[in-house]
Amino acid sequence: MKRKIPLLITFTVGIILIISEFIPHKPFGQLSGELEIWFLIISGFAILLGQLSLFKVNILKIKYKQRDWQFYTITLISFIIMVTLGFLWGTGKSAGMLGHGEAISSMLGYKPFDYLFHNIYQHLQATMFSLLAFFIASAAYRAFIGRTVESNLLLASAVLVMLGNTTLGSLLTGWLPESLNFLHLPKVSEFIMTFPTTAGQRAIMIGAGLGIIGSSLRIILGIERSYLGGE
Amino acid sequence: MKNIIIFLFIFFSCFLFSQEVLLIISDKPNDDGSALLISWDTSQIVSSKITIDREIANGEFISITNSEELTGTFEDGSNINPGIKYEYRLTAFDNNGEIIQIYRTSGESSVQWFNKKKISLLIFAILITISIVYYIFSARSGKDLYIRKISGLESMDESVGRATEMGRPILFIPGTLDLDDMQTIAGLTILRRLAQKAAEYDAKLIVPVCRSMVLSTAKEIVKEAYMKAGRPDAYDPDSVFYLTDDQFGYVAGVDGIIVREKPAANFFLGAFYAESLILAETGFSSGAIQTAGTAMPSQLPFFVVACDYTLIGEELFAASAYLSKDPHQLGSLKGQDFGKAIFIVVLMIGIILEISGIHFLKDFLTLH
Repeated sequence: MKRKIPLLITFTVGIILIISEFIPHKPFGQLSGELEIWFLIISGFAILLGQLSLFKVNILKIKYKQRDWQFYTITLISFIIMVTLGFLWGTGKSAGMLGHGEAISSMLGYKPFDYLFHNIYQHLQATMFSLLAFFIASAAYRAFIGRTVESNLLLASAVLVMLGNTTLGSLLTGWLPESLNFLHLPKVSEFIMTFPTTAGQRAIMIGAGLGIIGSSLRIILGIERSYLGGE
Repeated sequence: MKNIIIFLFIFFSCFLFSQEVLLIISDKPNDDGSALLISWDTSQIVSSKITIDREIANGEFISITNSEELTGTFEDGSNINPGIKYEYRLTAFDNNGEIIQIYRTSGESSVQWFNKKKISLLIFAILITISIVYYIFSARSGKDLYIRKISGLESMDESVGRATEMGRPILFIPGTLDLDDMQTIAGLTILRRLAQKAAEYDAKLIVPVCRSMVLSTAKEIVKEAYMKAGRPDAYDPDSVFYLTDDQFGYVAGVDGIIVREKPAANFFLGAFYAESLILAETGFSSGAIQTAGTAMPSQLPFFVVACDYTLIGEELFAASAYLSKDPHQLGSLKGQDFGKAIFIVVLMIGIILEISGIHFLKDFLTLH
């Protein structure tokens, strides 16, 4: 029963949702939207599970003084501070338990939660995102080392695309006559991005789309059960 | 008879020549009856502006739209119910803002049982479904099916073995999207096989997740895998844990784990966005053997560059079937390949027709 009921629910809901894609008549037309709302409600409750897991894992590491336990203390303290401030004075236009906290808001310029969000959290996020620039450089260096025919082709295309997107690219080929305009580096860059790149990406997307159809059918028909923890 | 002909002539003449404003209310096709299409043509009276109102109660109107165009179409989808007649009023103004003419008409929407715009989608869905089901039954009857080798999946044993030998953990990331994304589900099905292998080899498994729903599912999957491997005692409930829903907060957390724990094998299988390269490059710098898989075309180049093995698009979805070696599941992969063949043929025909200036196929396949 533990397996059969979820499989039955999956089959029924899956089939109904496939049918509803083609039937605009009520109630089929609205089913997809309704189920998305259900999903959001369940996700809302599941957030509690996530917070409990976060607390439990961190507290255990601090309790047993595991390696680098100080980091876990910072996580917990940050978590408690943000939750407390949010509860007390709310965020944005939403009031907290103590109202909007006008006095403290006028001092900080924001509500305490929003103040920390704008002045700490957003900067931390930007820091992590900016790491990407350095990682792209190191990854590109490895990718562009010409060892095989394919990597040489990649190197040549990448150089053309990069040059085509800079003013140097326009400058280098700006002297070309109108009849050879197609060799102008920005044009070459645009061509590479519009045709070969898009064609490759669409091929991957078609394959992925078929993969999704296949996986969905396996799940709906009960052939694939790994997601339930069984065979 | 003569009188009747004269009457009909006068009647139709009045009808044809007196109408200076054209206002047509029609049902929006292929919908659930929640919208009406309003088309107007005031070219005969040359108005500078028109307003269209809808009657909501006895003589009371609400504004629906206004336009300075002489002809146009507007979709009214606010509070329209099928089977109810709605009264519309078009008011045409001249350059001075004076009313030139008021025209009233009515219309009602109806609900359709089938969306004709999606007929091409239905045909393809039926064809692909039939092919998948056919190959599943072929596999069941014992027909030998060839499935090409996927290096990324073949290396799973090697990765787990390496982690065991080095005494370091295995890191598994099921992407950054929730359970409603198929890539996350595909990643979790691979997690089950990986967890079973980790249990057999007695390797430590770390699964940080960024969605609470994924947390509960992943926990259940890993627990079941350890039980199936006959090692329920080795299962650590805290090996699957939640970090944060925030994209870069999650990346920071996982990077911290990679730097501190130095996993011997990293698996990034699911949906990824900008975090893909940050995770994969950090993993690369730690010297881990890395396997990645996603159907996000924009993130695949990053994984290809930074990881040892990459499952590209469909390979991620095929992984579970491939690893299970179950004939039913392998049959469905064959069905997908048949679907791919259909797409290739349709694409080729489409290219030829478009070059020849025949747009029938493109129009037929366009959904919106």
